[in-house]
Amino acid sequence: MSQRPPARLQITTAAPDPALLDLPWHVPLEDWPAETLAALPRGISRHIVRFARLSGRVIAVKEIGETVAYREYELLRQLSRIDVPSVDPIGVITGRTAPDGEPLEAVLITEHLSFSLPYRALFSQSLRPDTATRLIDALAVLMVRLHLIGFYWGDVSLSNTLFRRDAETFAAYLVDAETGDLHDRLTDGQRAYDLEVARVNIIGELMDLQAGDFLEEEVDAVAIGAMLVERYSELWTALTDAESFTLGERWRFQARIQRLNDLGFDVGELDITTDVDGTTVSIQPKVVDAGHHSRRLMRLTGLDVQENQARRLLNDLDAFRAATDRQNEDESFVAHDWLTGIFEPAVRAVPRELRLKLEPAQVFHELLDHRWYLSQQQGRDVPMTEAAQSYVRDILPYRPDEQAILGVSAADLHEDADVVPAPRRD
Amino acid sequence: MATVTFDNATRVYPGTERPAVDALNLHVEDGEFLVLVGPSGCGKSTSLRMLAGLEDVNAGRILIGDRDVTDVQPKDRDIAMVFQNYALYPHMTVADNMGFALKIAGTQKSEIRSRVEEAAKILDLTEYLDRKPKALSGGQRQRVAMGRAIVRQPQVFLMDEPLSNLDAKLRVQTRTQIASLQRRLGVTTVYVTHDQTEALTMGDRIAVLKDGLLQQVGTPRDMYDTPKNVFVAGFIGSPAMNIGTFPVLEGYAQVGKARIAVPRDVVTGLTAEDKGHVTIGFRPESLDVVPQGTPDAIPVEVNLVEELGSDAFVYGSLTNEFGAAATVHSGAGDAQVVVRVDPRQVPAKGETIWVRIRTGEQHLFHAGSGERISHV
Repeated sequence: MSQRPPARLQITTAAPDPALLDLPWHVPLEDWPAETLAALPRGISRHIVRFARLSGRVIAVKEIGETVAYREYELLRQLSRIDVPSVDPIGVITGRTAPDGEPLEAVLITEHLSFSLPYRALFSQSLRPDTATRLIDALAVLMVRLHLIGFYWGDVSLSNTLFRRDAETFAAYLVDAETGDLHDRLTDGQRAYDLEVARVNIIGELMDLQAGDFLEEEVDAVAIGAMLVERYSELWTALTDAESFTLGERWRFQARIQRLNDLGFDVGELDITTDVDGTTVSIQPKVVDAGHHSRRLMRLTGLDVQENQARRLLNDLDAFRAATDRQNEDESFVAHDWLTGIFEPAVRAVPRELRLKLEPAQVFHELLDHRWYLSQQQGRDVPMTEAAQSYVRDILPYRPDEQAILGVSAADLHEDADVVPAPRRD
Repeated sequence: MATVTFDNATRVYPGTERPAVDALNLHVEDGEFLVLVGPSGCGKSTSLRMLAGLEDVNAGRILIGDRDVTDVQPKDRDIAMVFQNYALYPHMTVADNMGFALKIAGTQKSEIRSRVEEAAKILDLTEYLDRKPKALSGGQRQRVAMGRAIVRQPQVFLMDEPLSNLDAKLRVQTRTQIASLQRRLGVTTVYVTHDQTEALTMGDRIAVLKDGLLQQVGTPRDMYDTPKNVFVAGFIGSPAMNIGTFPVLEGYAQVGKARIAVPRDVVTGLTAEDKGHVTIGFRPESLDVVPQGTPDAIPVEVNLVEELGSDAFVYGSLTNEFGAAATVHSGAGDAQVVVRVDPRQVPAKGETIWVRIRTGEQHLFHAGSGERISHV
């Protein structure tokens, strides 16, 4: 197969990488040679999607109509700019032609999200029974965040989402924006329809897993779908509803803000109205931003991690502060000492060859769990260094590599458009 | 099945002054295939989304049958958005892929099976019902996706540019399939596209929109033969109609070096706004090549000839006696006219040919308002 790039290739990219030219654009994606492909499980897609290696990273390549490709590229760029959890677009390539002159479809290239897990891989890893619940929670948070900024998804599904471990929960990322639209604000109809599509798609995807024997028959797919609607509605109400109280109950301002913080959101703007005689106050959050805990951790330590990981790390930081009796000291000094004295040594205790297993922040979260478990078992406060040694020896080596999860050989990818990796034990 | 009625339906986006859809009045008959067409930003998709319940209706109403659905939730409107999501589930059979939404809705198993079988018969998928999607061709997979919408037996199908992400060949195939399928099913369908060819080939009737305003609604033949204004005239038809605005002197429009007789009632009907001008439209296929000196013949200087086998098109200029290009535009751009010629007698580049508009095939519009001037 010749590596000569075909004539008139048009590459639009915000992050130019000359290695892009080395990929076989003159070959239909379906026929890409195994050596270019990265063996990653794919979701259900109406398009041909392949993962390929590029300069040490993994990219996702999707064959799609030219106008749609540019549209989705722009939309993903807008979403990354406004900091919505979504995959980063790399570019669009048009003008592809086969050596015989036959024109080939345009492609949209996105960055593969490292340490991300497609739902099909999660279900086939025989995880704990509440996995479905935690995935649904993550998806509900993502949908609420997207709807708050005016993004109508149009085709919400588990396949169009990627999940990353986030402490004991998951964080969801949007991967397919093909049917999406960014509006100033969404109508109730748009939100309701998005939610209904999500419900039906999720149930369909779970039923499909059941049909393929990847999920037990007893799991009630319809109930899980309904759970998304419920979780979404609860969160939406908590974030956007107006609440009224008498002037004497002013503590309720702070309580509302605290409640939103606990949900992981900051209040950017609060609407306050009083009735004519000034006895009743009504408050309604107008602008809320997700990432309350991750922003606080970032400010204190410079660590960029996910919301629940941040929450867990901050708890440990608070415990450190109390244990060292430094409550009256400036928080950022204490945070610096915690970072260099506790967090970094613990994470560095992981040998290089095991670092593809989990993200550092996730490793630290598991270390905390492990230390708690050891302390319980031994009836004493096990120090972090000791816990780390035990964790690296007894736990981590048996975890799957999740940076770019493997499980199928690249050669198999040719056969089946919808590969689910072989079940593995945790 | 049901009719669909837009009754002065208006959508104004927050923070904008001009309505995205301005007092739309449109009635779609039971079983009809109506295409909303227009350039980007014309309000066609917004209109469809208002019908789907995705956009608020700020004024006016929308009815499905006799039921006012203006404030009804999308999922309770008994409509189906087709092709929004047609990824198939690999482990489910074709039958399950088509029927799973009914299963979710709690429909009886026997009822699901009979509806799926009925849909499969229409879609030529009967023999594949118990197979997995992997065994199907691309076209068959598309039909399974259609089947998903069909088994729900909605009152109305809504399709928003469903072919936009298909390649050119599959687009033409699927276009024909959707149109014939819709006729067999007889379900009222509202279809949005920016492509006038798609509109002409698929719709029972076409509604052309521009800037949120309905320009004209009618059969493909109506739109082609009697466009209501200059916009519709230029939008419908491929290659596009040649349209130019010319001064009228002594009952004749001065077209380049030639003169075209303008009917007396048209001349008297011109308004002050027209400033003594008339806009004339003539389609590339409404021109005959005639010998020089024929009355009403217009000279066209040949710039380029496009040969398509069955047809040939001349792209040329109309110059006036001072050598300047006349103010005419066409699908080929400003100052260009397009002429369909006999592919067996193609003129050479640089040559001048004489063409005459076939009797009754010229379109006259007010130069001021762009509205069609009807005449006897």
